[in-house]
Amino acid sequence: MSDTFILDGREIPFAPGQTILQAAMAAGVYIPRLCYHPEFKPHGSCKLCTVKVNGRHTASCTYKAAPGLEVESNTEELNAERRTLVQMLFVEGNHFCPSCEKSGDCQLQATAYELGMMSPHFDHFFPDRPVDASHPDLLLDFNRCILCSLCVRASRDVDKKNVFALAGRGIGSHLIVNAASGRLADTNVALEDKAVQVCPVGVILRKRRGFAVPIGQRTYDKAPISGQARTTWQEEG
Amino acid sequence: MTSASLERILRKYDGSPHNLLQILREVQEEAGWISPASIAALEEALGVPRAKIVGAASFYAFLYLEPVGRYRILFSDNITDRMLGNRALLAQLCNLLWIEPGKMSEDGLVSVDTTSCTGMCDQGPALLVNGRALTRMNAERIEALAEQVRNQVPVAEWPAEWFVVEDNVRRRDILLASAFEPGSALRALHARVETQGVQASSPRSWREGLPRGLVGPATMLDEVKHANLRGRGRAGFTTGLKWEACRNAPLAPGQDRIVVCNADEGEPGTFKDRVLLTSHADMVFEGMTLAAYAVGARRGFLYLRGEYRYLLEHLEGVLARRRRDNLLGHNILGIPGADFDIKIHVGLGAYVCGEESALIESLEGKRGTPRNRPPFPVTNGYLDQPTIVNNVETFAATALIALHGGEWYRNIGTAQSAGSKLLSVSGDCERPGIYEFPFGVTVAEVLEACGARDTQAVQVSGPSGFTIAAHEFGRKICFEDIPTAGAFMVFDKRRDMFEVARNFVHFFAHESCGFCTPCRVGTSLLKNLMDKLHNGHGSPYDFQEIERLNHILQAMSHCGLGHSACNPVLDTIEKFRPAYEARLVHRDFTPAFDLDRALSQARQMTGRDDALAHFGVEHGETQ
Repeated sequence: MSDTFILDGREIPFAPGQTILQAAMAAGVYIPRLCYHPEFKPHGSCKLCTVKVNGRHTASCTYKAAPGLEVESNTEELNAERRTLVQMLFVEGNHFCPSCEKSGDCQLQATAYELGMMSPHFDHFFPDRPVDASHPDLLLDFNRCILCSLCVRASRDVDKKNVFALAGRGIGSHLIVNAASGRLADTNVALEDKAVQVCPVGVILRKRRGFAVPIGQRTYDKAPISGQARTTWQEEG
Repeated sequence: MTSASLERILRKYDGSPHNLLQILREVQEEAGWISPASIAALEEALGVPRAKIVGAASFYAFLYLEPVGRYRILFSDNITDRMLGNRALLAQLCNLLWIEPGKMSEDGLVSVDTTSCTGMCDQGPALLVNGRALTRMNAERIEALAEQVRNQVPVAEWPAEWFVVEDNVRRRDILLASAFEPGSALRALHARVETQGVQASSPRSWREGLPRGLVGPATMLDEVKHANLRGRGRAGFTTGLKWEACRNAPLAPGQDRIVVCNADEGEPGTFKDRVLLTSHADMVFEGMTLAAYAVGARRGFLYLRGEYRYLLEHLEGVLARRRRDNLLGHNILGIPGADFDIKIHVGLGAYVCGEESALIESLEGKRGTPRNRPPFPVTNGYLDQPTIVNNVETFAATALIALHGGEWYRNIGTAQSAGSKLLSVSGDCERPGIYEFPFGVTVAEVLEACGARDTQAVQVSGPSGFTIAAHEFGRKICFEDIPTAGAFMVFDKRRDMFEVARNFVHFFAHESCGFCTPCRVGTSLLKNLMDKLHNGHGSPYDFQEIERLNHILQAMSHCGLGHSACNPVLDTIEKFRPAYEARLVHRDFTPAFDLDRALSQARQMTGRDDALAHFGVEHGETQ
């Protein structure tokens, strides 16, 4: 017998230690998220998974489920707030979907569609973020980085390599690689690394794979992100 | 830097990666910056990947991964420094030295830039030269300072009067007026335990996490609870509850309980901790020792903000004397098992580290990112050990409570705010400085005491606090009404409250840690909006945008920095709307993009400034 909480009027069972997001995912309920990945410790930074627990905003990826909680998630209010967060992510970096290899497989793009984002709304920051094409098999396009730190966590916790790290502060926060030269080619990254496979957007890309799957036949072309039976991007790579 | 000096620094910090930030600080104090060679050496010695070293170092404003000049001059840029003319002095200095702000001179001699409030608001304009605080700058001093730089005189040989930091205590009450005898509070508590015998039979020992020697640790806790002491960092959490939670938290084998004093006094306009640590350090350290006694801790940290680096030698001296006098270390006061000692961690320019979990991350040698909570520090703090983090003033008050008892303390102040509060008064008044009042004092009484005239507004508790307008001057400083960490910035009728808010918004954007989306991007969007208004492109539409950002920041941000970043804007819009309306030259919507401004670089490059090189205002309007 397991305990339950209420999510948008629906009873959701949970196992001890599960967070609201984990329990919702297990029950097949979609809560928008970008920095959460089931294989890693919740990070709680993108804030897209914010829900209202007993009337209070909180990130559902880090909030432990408890019996009898009243949780709101799929409401007009919360989705509007999430839409604003996605808009913030779009204007903070340089996201040009039509020319991006990740288009159709990109969680940021798919989440924006899911939330009905029709424009970036805010003025673009147009930051200067040079790409790193030094590695023979991998391209790093920092323009699309949303600072979810999944590659950082994967490299540290799974690959035991620390190839990636976050540097800087505030709006100047950025991803760096573990090499004195600052170039990916001078790290010990390998194609089979977990870190290379977890990017939810189009920062870490394999070279010579461009458009191997045509636009129109990609993950989120087939079904919206909320309707994915499993979060297929996690199985990719 | 030589390998011998690196060895010495590493030895001093046990070669521990947890001390990374202190190691980096000392490396930089010796070498001027943190060079790739130093990073490589540390990577090797500490076994920490360089990406982590760079990731941590680049978080802190006072650690430099690029050369910044042998003289690194930083002007404090709080609104109070601005009101005292710091911008003109900065321009003057840059002119004298032939440099641009923010860029190092080509010969690598000097760089001039701004920094967040350095805590010298009562004696500004202030600046930092190679980390040393200078006060009361004026045009003559700037001229002389430029001369010293040009002649390459070592900072240690500069005129001593430039470095004088006055306490400026203007009103003393129970805390500042007490002639505190080091050790007296510990002895008073010990005597109280013996005479009252409250829970004197507590069998748990300090070694198990609770003090064995000072029998009856519950006494201190009881007194603090009875005193109704609340945290002095504005949140006002009940100190006794925090301590009790820490004391009751289970300890894993090999763990200790930790007492941390938060002296990362970064809220612009606040400088009371500077004075407490300068002239009442014994009270603060004794308060920490009493807290250690109450919760059963054997290790303590003082997290000293980088701007107060100049106090480090003095504070180390006080700690050394207390060890000699048996007030710290093993068997304190000769009581077997009463062990406690304090280390000082110097901060490196990050306001967010005033948040307790970010402070703990920083203590551990990491980026100062606030943690996900729960778990809270009282159960899982420094290196996952039960930890209490309290304000400098809270610890000083603890010493008073041990001396005079909780009953005495609770009868001072108001019903829900016992005791006194140190206010850091600055801005437009005759006598800026420290004012200690019992809780419940009105804003008007403080204004009267400091000689403020024609006051338009007071910013209580800094940018994240409250903008109080004239009709509210009858309100009280206390947790029931206006809670405060101590800042009290006065603005008279000459001041433009929009510019005050804009200064604060720039501060938040600069200090956002960047961890969560709403604060990282939202504070920058807010800054851009305020700059848009400042540049004469505001429209009523922008008010809606500010409301929208405020909502997102309050609802979705990870910590208090984001939650409060809009406060000064919302308060000033509500109370000083004309200051904003004066800037709304357009009726409905105007884009932030300004074609004429965008052409300024082209004009600079072509050397043109004639009418045809500009887009006329009329032209812009019809766009």
